[in-house]
Amino acid sequence: MAEKVLLKGNEALAEAAIMAGCRHYFGYPITPQTEVAAYMSRRMPKIGGTFLQAESEIAAINMVIGAAACGKRAMTSSSSPGISLKGEGISYMCGCDLPALIVNVQRGGPGLGGIQPSQSDYWQAVKGGGHGDYHLIVLAPASVQEMVSMTFKGFDLADKYRVPAMILADGTLGQMMEPVSLDLGEVKEYDKSWAATGTENHEGRNILNSLSLSPAQLEEWNISRFERYKQLEREEVMYEEFMTDDADIIITAFGIAARIAKNAVKDARKAGIKAGLIRPITLYPFPKAAIKNAAKKAKAILSVELNMGQMVEDVKVASNGACPVYFYGRTGGVLMRPEEITDTLSAIAKGEAKEW
Amino acid sequence: MFEKRVAVFMGHYGSGKTFTAVNYALELKRRGKKVSVYDLDIVNPYFRTVDAESRLKAAGIDLIVSPFAESNVDLPAMNAKTYKMVEDFSEYAVADIGGDDRGALALGRFRDGLIKEDNYEGFLVLNKFRPETRDVAGALSMIEEIERAGRLPFTGIVNNANLGDETTPEIILEGLEFAEEVGRASGLPVAFSAVRSDLTGGLKEKIKNILAVDPIKYGNW
Repeated sequence: MAEKVLLKGNEALAEAAIMAGCRHYFGYPITPQTEVAAYMSRRMPKIGGTFLQAESEIAAINMVIGAAACGKRAMTSSSSPGISLKGEGISYMCGCDLPALIVNVQRGGPGLGGIQPSQSDYWQAVKGGGHGDYHLIVLAPASVQEMVSMTFKGFDLADKYRVPAMILADGTLGQMMEPVSLDLGEVKEYDKSWAATGTENHEGRNILNSLSLSPAQLEEWNISRFERYKQLEREEVMYEEFMTDDADIIITAFGIAARIAKNAVKDARKAGIKAGLIRPITLYPFPKAAIKNAAKKAKAILSVELNMGQMVEDVKVASNGACPVYFYGRTGGVLMRPEEITDTLSAIAKGEAKEW
Repeated sequence: MFEKRVAVFMGHYGSGKTFTAVNYALELKRRGKKVSVYDLDIVNPYFRTVDAESRLKAAGIDLIVSPFAESNVDLPAMNAKTYKMVEDFSEYAVADIGGDDRGALALGRFRDGLIKEDNYEGFLVLNKFRPETRDVAGALSMIEEIERAGRLPFTGIVNNANLGDETTPEIILEGLEFAEEVGRASGLPVAFSAVRSDLTGGLKEKIKNILAVDPIKYGNW
């Protein structure tokens, strides 16, 4: 019979991580992602894994660094303010080229903000958050099923490129329940000859370090790391297109906002507005080419986000002036209704909207 | 179903307690009873009875919920009016308890009143398609943990087998078979099956006790 189970987004990503071979979870509770830790705390002891509730987010990310340095698949999860605390560790992890999975189930900010869903950590996820020249691989699921597949994918990409991956979800995706298939296929093995696993009486040591005493060497490290980023940008971009073929107005939206936008596209079409949707699934690497091409064909692009306007900057750069770019967003934990988007689409169609 | 003055819905988080409790209360109301719904969820500030508020209000059902629900105040608070549940014998009470054993802790405060009055049903809401209650052992440990925390014995099982939008009659029947198995192992009778209104037609001959339910819609996605 049914191979599916009914899962909460937070549980789904925890189970997917376990299925991806993650046996080391370190975290600190925060709404709305606490179920990830709760689920791990019950499952890990049963399968010989480690669940550790650290004394703080900073401790947790440093434990991830330790486990990842030993070549193990490790993860941590938190929500917005907790991710800020992890920022330093994330930068160190990038400096050491350590693969791991970091989950951000976003809530409203800045500061302590609120506990309701938000997408206001886009900048933090794709433009740093920590210091230094680095990128994270940033994946934006839009369903509970994708919470599963992106978790699996995140571990794979992280191992393949030695770049930490982040799942950028939000409170709605973390808390909502949907039927899910956990048929994920084989777990791939990656070369981890760089890991610090003991010398076993061989000569030479593996050193995982982000400190360089030589400026020239540090520059070399950075340049070689950016070679891998270039490869990521060439080979790993993921996005979904919905009714874009003949669209006059293209909506760009990710995660839960993209689902609301999809309903708005359908409603707008009924009202005679030819709308379409491009949903970036990888926020880094960003689907620049898809947006660039869409901008050449469309009359306008509307970026819809649960923030004050963040991804819209990247959309604007990618569109390169080929068509006007507009923005619609809600923030503070407020979700938009599809009508708010269709109203904006009508205003754009009538030439009444103000460009972003 | 519907005989006792108080119906307490407990179970694994995400098993559909709120959903079943709200629909149970609406059915009580349709049968002409005066009824209040009590949201005792102190665990999770998302997706609570308050989402069904408009439906309950339209039906004339009083919803007693934490004043902080759906806000940014992440506090395990309860409404003072919750005492009405064990003090006002003139009306029916439907209680929605938070998930798992942690949620059931909040019930402990009202346990003595419920036992003394001896007019309650303690329903275990069971969805076979939730990961931690997929087998009998999982369901039995859930029963044990919740009873230990809430100190209120269960009196029956509610089969709420579902896969959200992908629920079929077969899934509900598979869930019923499982609920009966859990019933045999625990000594609890299967009280009823919660069945989405559009699926009841084909199941009326196969399932004795059905509560027709309408899903609570949370958002536009």
